[in-house]
Amino acid sequence: MTNMENKDFGFLNINSSMYKTRLSEKFLNRKQYKPANPRMVMSFIPGTVIDILVKKGQKVKKGEDLMILDAMKMQNKLKCTMDGTIKKINVNKGEKVSKGTFLLELK
Amino acid sequence: MALNKKIRELQEKRQKVFLGGGEQAIEKQKAMGKRTARERIKALLDKESFIEYDMFVEHDARDFDMDKKSLPSDGVIIGSGTIFGAPVAIFAQDFTVAGGSLGLMHSRKITKIMDHALKLRMPLIGINDSGGARIQEGVNSLAGYGEIFFRNTISSGVIPQISVILGPCAGGAVYSPALTDFVFVVDNISKMFITGPEVIKTVLGEEISMEDLGGARVHCEVTGNAHFFARSEEECFEQIKRLITFIPWNNSRKALAFEAGEPDSSYNPDKIVPEDPTLPYDVRDVIRSIVDKSDFFEIMELYAKNIVIGFGRMGGRTTGFVANQPLEMAGVLDVDSSDKAARFIRYCDAFNIPIITLVDLPGYLPGIDQEHAGVIRHGAKVLYAYSEATVPKLTVILRKAYGGGYIAMSSRHLRADFVFAWPTAEIAVMGPEGAANIIFRKEIMSSDDPEGMRKRKVEEFKAKFANPYVAAAKGYVDAVIEPKETRRFLLHAIEVSENKVVKMLDKKHGIPPF
Repeated sequence: MTNMENKDFGFLNINSSMYKTRLSEKFLNRKQYKPANPRMVMSFIPGTVIDILVKKGQKVKKGEDLMILDAMKMQNKLKCTMDGTIKKINVNKGEKVSKGTFLLELK
Repeated sequence: MALNKKIRELQEKRQKVFLGGGEQAIEKQKAMGKRTARERIKALLDKESFIEYDMFVEHDARDFDMDKKSLPSDGVIIGSGTIFGAPVAIFAQDFTVAGGSLGLMHSRKITKIMDHALKLRMPLIGINDSGGARIQEGVNSLAGYGEIFFRNTISSGVIPQISVILGPCAGGAVYSPALTDFVFVVDNISKMFITGPEVIKTVLGEEISMEDLGGARVHCEVTGNAHFFARSEEECFEQIKRLITFIPWNNSRKALAFEAGEPDSSYNPDKIVPEDPTLPYDVRDVIRSIVDKSDFFEIMELYAKNIVIGFGRMGGRTTGFVANQPLEMAGVLDVDSSDKAARFIRYCDAFNIPIITLVDLPGYLPGIDQEHAGVIRHGAKVLYAYSEATVPKLTVILRKAYGGGYIAMSSRHLRADFVFAWPTAEIAVMGPEGAANIIFRKEIMSSDDPEGMRKRKVEEFKAKFANPYVAAAKGYVDAVIEPKETRRFLLHAIEVSENKVVKMLDKKHGIPPF
């Protein structure tokens, strides 16, 4: 018989009932959801920033090209997500970025 | 005398081949804690049972000075033998010969033994230990892999296919194991990935060790790509041998029957499950209280532990078990546990193994990550697999069976042949707390004492619906039984299901929610 003493029990709420149980690593380390913010341009794939086509303070329109991200042997154009102004550029030309890197901020 | 000379010539040729990549390469292999390919086969199969084929095959590549290189047996050993008397076809890649790299003749040897196994309807075991494609042989290497994957696929569900990863197995090569039924890995020896640490570092700048990327533990705990974890090659071979005793030689047979035996009396089914549905216990103890000799062989023990799968025997006959595990994540269904259970159900169905399902789950795991990971599609696999399965399906509802979880876990509605419920069963649309909150929302909100009212309403709901009798009154449950009667009822159910016949609609194949 499995000894039920000294197990690392936590509680899991399913439909308002609290279940005493062990919680998996995967559950405990699950990613917190963040809603997409059009002001924040993120890398959608890991790669290298091979060109930055805009400058800080520049006015931009939705759909305009902002950067070229080289990834998986493809040159991906990162498009502007809204009409606005470039507030901040967080990366330099030639920089390697991972997926989800905050590349550029708009206002 | 002339005959003796010829025989001696053969013996000498064999001795040369047996040395594989030479003494130095063998030493290197041993230093990594690995046996040579032929030693592995010998350790796994019944003594003296192995017959080797194609020992003298050599490549005929010409480019890049390959014509000057001799690669004994072209880096892979094939043949057949027995495990506990069961016939098996086997191939083992020889890492000491050109890193076990796969060229045209190497692949032809593998496909030869695969064709042989399929034609003769015997299980196939593949021992993988290879650096990957033999680059010098170009597209012929790729062709070789493709031919192997094709055979893995057409053999699937006809003969059991077992993959053993005893070294690197990288790039396209991983897809052969992925297409087979069971994957065995060994700590610190097995490495599986599509792109290795070096490529990842170059492309993404992310650093990770081989072990953390695709080691044995990762594939057993995180990815679910492997089914059995072992600490040594010896332990791994023992696991394979044990698995072979539970499965049939092919899909037109049943697994061999063993001598039946009563469960160990220390597993008392009346005392394992707490009455309070929110308290945990180890459902494997319930399985051990039911199966012959309390002997349960768990599969994917380290992955999605909220569902337990594995083999045991009932009256000497192999039986597959699927059980919610309240000890882990309250036994919920989620993306990983659905995937794990569904694949096992389809395995049992393909190989004529009856399925016993033990139900105790609060429902599906709520969460954004779950929804976004496709819990709808993955959860649907369980419904599909149970509905499609035509082997005997026996269900025991131990405690909670709420909502969609009740339907999914081999309910009458998915054509379970027998549904038994313990008196502790609660078959309801959801747990009493959640249900009372919804049904009696107005009464609770408008009460002077909402918390007291809520408690009373929860009790009211519990008294009325948290039991097996509402479902039994509709015939969705065939019998409400005492826990200690479970084995007797299941043995009977298995016995009378022996000749079950179900004709499915004529079709090429369904489109399961993969």
